[in-house]
Amino acid sequence: MFGKLTLSAIPYSNPIIMGAVAFMVICVVAVLGTITYLGKWKYLWTEWLTSVDHKKIGIMYLILAGIMLLRGFADALMMRLQQALAYGSNLGYLPPQHFDQVFSAHGTIMIFFMAMPFVIGLMNCILPLQLGARDVAFPLMNNLSFWLTAAGAVLVNISLAIGNFSRAGWLGFAPLSELHFSPSVGVDYWIWALQISGIGTTLTGVNFITTILKMRAPGMKLMRMPVFAWASLCTNVLIVAAFPILTVTLALLTMDRYLGTHFFTNALGGDPMMYINLIWIWGHPEVYILILPLFGVYSEIVPTLSGKRLFGYTSMVYATMGIALLSLIVWLHHFFTMGNGADVNTFFGITTMIIAVPTGVKIFNWLLTMYRGRVRFETPMLWTVGFLITFTIGGMSGVLLAEPPADFVLHNSLFLVAHFHNVIIGGVVFGVFAGLTYWFPKIFGFRLNERLGRWAFWCWFIGFYVAFMPLYALGLMGATRRMDHYDVAAWQPLFIVAACGAAIIFAGIIVQVVQVVVSIRQREQTRDLTGDPWNGRTLEWSVPSPAPAYNFARIPVVRDRDAFWDMKQRGVDLKASTFVPIHMPRNKAAGFIVAGCAFVTAFAMIWHIWWLAIAGLAGVLVTLIRHAFDDDREFHVDADEVRRLEALHGRVEARSL
Amino acid sequence: MSSDPTLMHNGSLALKPGYADHAADALRDLHHARDAVDFQLDHHHDVASTIQLGFWIYLMSDCLLFSGLFATYALLSSHTAGGPTGAELFDLPGVLTETMFLLVSSFTCGLASLAMNADRRNATVGWLAVTFLLGLGFIGMEVHEFAHLVAIGAGPDRSAFLSSFFTLVATHGLHVTCGLIFMAVMMVAVLKKGLTATNRARLVNLSLFWHFLDIIWVGVFSLVYLFGVAH
Repeated sequence: MFGKLTLSAIPYSNPIIMGAVAFMVICVVAVLGTITYLGKWKYLWTEWLTSVDHKKIGIMYLILAGIMLLRGFADALMMRLQQALAYGSNLGYLPPQHFDQVFSAHGTIMIFFMAMPFVIGLMNCILPLQLGARDVAFPLMNNLSFWLTAAGAVLVNISLAIGNFSRAGWLGFAPLSELHFSPSVGVDYWIWALQISGIGTTLTGVNFITTILKMRAPGMKLMRMPVFAWASLCTNVLIVAAFPILTVTLALLTMDRYLGTHFFTNALGGDPMMYINLIWIWGHPEVYILILPLFGVYSEIVPTLSGKRLFGYTSMVYATMGIALLSLIVWLHHFFTMGNGADVNTFFGITTMIIAVPTGVKIFNWLLTMYRGRVRFETPMLWTVGFLITFTIGGMSGVLLAEPPADFVLHNSLFLVAHFHNVIIGGVVFGVFAGLTYWFPKIFGFRLNERLGRWAFWCWFIGFYVAFMPLYALGLMGATRRMDHYDVAAWQPLFIVAACGAAIIFAGIIVQVVQVVVSIRQREQTRDLTGDPWNGRTLEWSVPSPAPAYNFARIPVVRDRDAFWDMKQRGVDLKASTFVPIHMPRNKAAGFIVAGCAFVTAFAMIWHIWWLAIAGLAGVLVTLIRHAFDDDREFHVDADEVRRLEALHGRVEARSL
Repeated sequence: MSSDPTLMHNGSLALKPGYADHAADALRDLHHARDAVDFQLDHHHDVASTIQLGFWIYLMSDCLLFSGLFATYALLSSHTAGGPTGAELFDLPGVLTETMFLLVSSFTCGLASLAMNADRRNATVGWLAVTFLLGLGFIGMEVHEFAHLVAIGAGPDRSAFLSSFFTLVATHGLHVTCGLIFMAVMMVAVLKKGLTATNRARLVNLSLFWHFLDIIWVGVFSLVYLFGVAH
């Protein structure tokens, strides 16, 4: 009846896991209880969970990312503590099989359920506003994408309480992830969580490419788009190009584990090396899917806070496209040591090094935008400067690793771990914080507290260097990654320093949580009444903060790059006297239900509860078909209502009131 | 500086540089204003083409999914692990019949599109029904082939070659099955609501999907069956 699922799947005997589970359950119960107490279920359902408004979906993505950041960071702290302790006779506090789950969960969560939702959340919140559009091309699909991502995140967290998580690393390398070596449900949790969230991401890619190509305001030619929109376009093209390969790779591994096929096994003709190739053919573009949108974010922040037009717009666009293209032909640098031969390694080493060229173009463009600008060092700019310094260092260690002979020495060492955290924290994490601080007033209508923002930045910045510079040294000293224990006395002091760095970053995260709470409490003082708190240049700043559901009462007409700056120069009046009815998509439950059924199917597949899996799939199908026959999809906001809402923000001409 | 035009002795207008710019600006503004009015009032004009672009992009992502499976097959087709090879297993005349079912179904799907463009509702549904039956025949033959292979001990767990064969062909079959469900839903929708704008847009997507699967099958037929027998 319940497949492999029995009560013994709950790890009662492990106090660390049960403590975490108890904490998680208390949090969930507290949230659900609060909602019930406040009587907000109906509001939550009709206004948020079923919302097709890109701004609300974006906020839900950001909340998901924030929660997952806490979870993933808890894993990081556990690893740093274990490695600081586990030298010689001290085995630390985590047994190996638990430690392996912790690093697998850390990587999986940080990439798929922290960084991706953060980036896609920012795109959702801002992109349609920058394009002068009223929504994305497929609003309900957008809702579905979010819920598929959330369903994957829930699966990963459920694995903590029911069963266990994968011990095969964040990319589940075969043959370790095959049934023979990983017989428990851990790898299955990993597969299904990634599979359903990955499908959600592919749909996001389709949605945003269509939005960018089809829904720009009149006059906004491609070469007049904000750079963030360009970066998002390239990112979403990469998503559509790369994620199907992840889907295939996971599906083949699933076949191996469920149907006894031999794609990546050691027996009967299987080829584990093919897995490594396939997963990185997706995996390398994936890291550029993460960083490109943030290059776009920096390209918005630097000109605005320097009071200057972006230096080298065209070269920025071509550099972004160049990086996107090159990112598809470098995957093999992740396994130079696998025995591909000197010629193949040389090719991929060179393509990898070439990526430094367009990236360098970008760095110089940002610097030259700041040069002789009136630079305002507010928090978004601090994160940006922190990025410029940190990412450049990370990029240089990357070029070093791109050298196959050097890679043979450094492969699988902590030098590599230091390198990719150097670019991911210095690039992606600093970028999402920069973007969040910059666009926070637009998204929520009030600013984040500046003083606490600066504290958070310095904690993260200093904490990062204290935590990861020792890892470079450890890597050169021969320390490999993913060790739960070691016997080299010289390593321990450096591991202890790294743990201190993690503690400093932790302080930064605590400051950020406090910052959000304080900012909400002080929101009346920091409210953004103009809609343009930074003296912005692009269209998102031309609408009130937060933007009304329909975004633009009148679709703007674009005559130049930096469309809003151009409008301000020409003295275009944002007030209007006549209003037209606006046509809007209706909120629908279908996305939530389909993702819910997909979640049930995935959970049932993990535990081999076949009847439930079939029921879940049937639920998906029935919901989709019912939706196909649902014609009540749109409604009009009538002109008087638009006038009323615009008047709240002082955007109606006095004589017409 | 004044930018008034000057009347020249030959009757032409001499425009000072600034004036030309202003004129161009004004003209551009006029164009933009017209665009904007179009955009505000006629929100619907682009919906169908937006849906279609989205569907094309989805098809491209699906195409990449198949490219992954084709690449896997190309690599593993020689990994027979001492088991049967394609040349021993494939029944070319049977597969050719199967192929013909799908190719003809693509043709009748095209006839359904023509009927739709001619506003002939019943003919549209009729040709869709023929397409549906042909697709069903294709799936039936494929299931039969799979059952036969499993029965003689050449199932997907026998060798890496057979794993990749079954996965590639069955993924295509699964797509065709989804296409059949899509088609059944569309027949009901057209019968119930007629050839509405929504139904037309969806029928265009359906036929794109169906022809796409046909092209994938041509790849399967050539790479898997023809090459398999030739080797």
